[in-house]
Amino acid sequence: MTAHTDTRSAGWREWLTTDTPQSRAQARLGRAWAGWTAFRRNRLAVAGLLIVLALVVVAALAPVLAPYHPYAQDLNNRLMPPSAAHWLGTDAFGRDILSRLIHGARLTLMIVALVAATAPLAGLIIGTVAGYFGGWVDTVLMRFTDIALAFPKLILALAFVAALGPGIENAVIAIAITSWPPYARIARAETLTVRRADFISAARLQGASSLRIILGHIMPLCIASLIVRTTLDMAGVILTAAGLGFLGLGAQPPLPEWGAMIATGRQYVLEQWWVAAMPGFAIFIVSLGFNLLGDGLRDVLDPKGD
Amino acid sequence: MPTLKRGLTLLVTVAATLLGLLLVTFLIGRVVPIDPVLSALGDRASAESYAQMRTQLGLDLPLWQQFLRYVGDVLQGDLGTSVLTSRPVLEDVLRVFPATLELATVAVVLGALLGVPAGVFAATHRGRWPDHAIRLLGLIGHSVPIFWLGLMALLLFYARLDWVPGPGRVDVFYEGMVDPVTGIVTVDALLAGETEIFWNAVQHLVLPSAILGLYSVAYIARMTRGFMLDQLRQEYITTARVKGLSETRVVWGHALRNIAVPLITVIALSYASLLEGSVLTETVFAWPGLGLYITNSLLSADMNAVLGGTLVVGAVFIALNLLSDLLYRLLDPRAR
Repeated sequence: MTAHTDTRSAGWREWLTTDTPQSRAQARLGRAWAGWTAFRRNRLAVAGLLIVLALVVVAALAPVLAPYHPYAQDLNNRLMPPSAAHWLGTDAFGRDILSRLIHGARLTLMIVALVAATAPLAGLIIGTVAGYFGGWVDTVLMRFTDIALAFPKLILALAFVAALGPGIENAVIAIAITSWPPYARIARAETLTVRRADFISAARLQGASSLRIILGHIMPLCIASLIVRTTLDMAGVILTAAGLGFLGLGAQPPLPEWGAMIATGRQYVLEQWWVAAMPGFAIFIVSLGFNLLGDGLRDVLDPKGD
Repeated sequence: MPTLKRGLTLLVTVAATLLGLLLVTFLIGRVVPIDPVLSALGDRASAESYAQMRTQLGLDLPLWQQFLRYVGDVLQGDLGTSVLTSRPVLEDVLRVFPATLELATVAVVLGALLGVPAGVFAATHRGRWPDHAIRLLGLIGHSVPIFWLGLMALLLFYARLDWVPGPGRVDVFYEGMVDPVTGIVTVDALLAGETEIFWNAVQHLVLPSAILGLYSVAYIARMTRGFMLDQLRQEYITTARVKGLSETRVVWGHALRNIAVPLITVIALSYASLLEGSVLTETVFAWPGLGLYITNSLLSADMNAVLGGTLVVGAVFIALNLLSDLLYRLLDPRAR
């Protein structure tokens, strides 16, 4: 039985690592496998991946995992230190901090997902269009990008939130608006390296429209660098969102957003330290996870780096 | 002649960037759901005085004319009046800015003093445990929420260990005892010959500037490592080693001198990001600088103050970027 599984897995490995793939799917899977083996060797990167996966699992199963309801108040048990009943203690309303952290994972994941879905996409469109067309289109778009790149991000995000009003949606919008320029630069640089390539000319001679070439041939080649950069930036996004929450400009109470939880715990920090310490620790672990993962991905997907 | 042309291009770029910044703050000011007429007159104003004030503020003009008017006002140093302090915003900003400058300057000095040797050390031990340790420390430094670290540091070093004084720039009973000549408390105390207040201010500076500086250590170390690795591959390094120079002299005397120029630009860049990053640190440490001013104004919807503060931080940020660019061109003959 074991021998049989061994030969089968050896067969799979051979199929994946072959020099002469028989189909496009096999070639793709083979490349992914090679990337994974390189990634797997970096133990810190694997740790990062596990942290990010844990965040996703905790967010998905929050109602099952959380021992209490995140809003359930118990004024007789307010500001209790960590104990068997409340592993991470309770806050000023007697709410279970662990349960709030678990539900807060959903908010963190939502912020990360929304920013990751919008800012790199905007940068990708601007960068590929500028790089592909060149000329005055390039000049105008890149001047615009350079100007936006020179702005202080956090302060502008603050001003945007001030204008739009506090709230988690507006915090996401403000972060996305201030973080697209680096993606546009990366996408343009990648586009410039391929736009004179033979396969692009071949596609053009076959009568493919500019839109088709950009969408079908250029954008897929920019994805790897953008994914690395996005992953590395997610830690910054989490910290910025938490900072906005801490200043009272992000998620509003009673939402269990981690930054806002630190802000409410701040007034008790000298006596009941756990109220502020626990959410900060959660932010630290999750953003460290994204940083480790991004660092590892860079080594695999973008070997030019070092 | 090419130098002149390049200088002109640079000037145009900077002007365009500043104009872009003005456009952003102008547009933010327009989308705010606060009626500037009502906030100037109060909500019991009659229809006539409302219309009169509207004309006076230029709100009946087309948007582009309003923008030109705004640019003109800013160029004359008019950033509007703060609702909260009922003083001109520029006056407020100039009053609080030295505190931020003091904090960020000490932080960047600490960052460079720690970051440069760490980067050099990582480069000379490439691939071995000191390199990995410094890389991991850098990643950790980039993952900690700075406001939380500040709170925890206050809890540990102030409340529990009592090694440093609490929030603020000086102890309460020293407050206002020295004349604000420069606005930088440590300098003012020395100018007034008050060594006791000077030491008190230094003690207050230690924790916030260390927390803020930690942020730039990772970046400076990472860049130093990269520059250093490039240098150590060069032939002149081999020559120096063959000549029999000690490794210390090769690394610190030869290689480090050659990366000084790009390092200066890196440090200037991280200085700019520290000025911005001080917003959260100032809030935690009740440090009365520009960051605290902006956040306090935000919470009371004082838009003139917020946008004025944003504009000043943005302009300083852009100026520092420009300065690092200029320094690079000036100091590195290859860039000319």
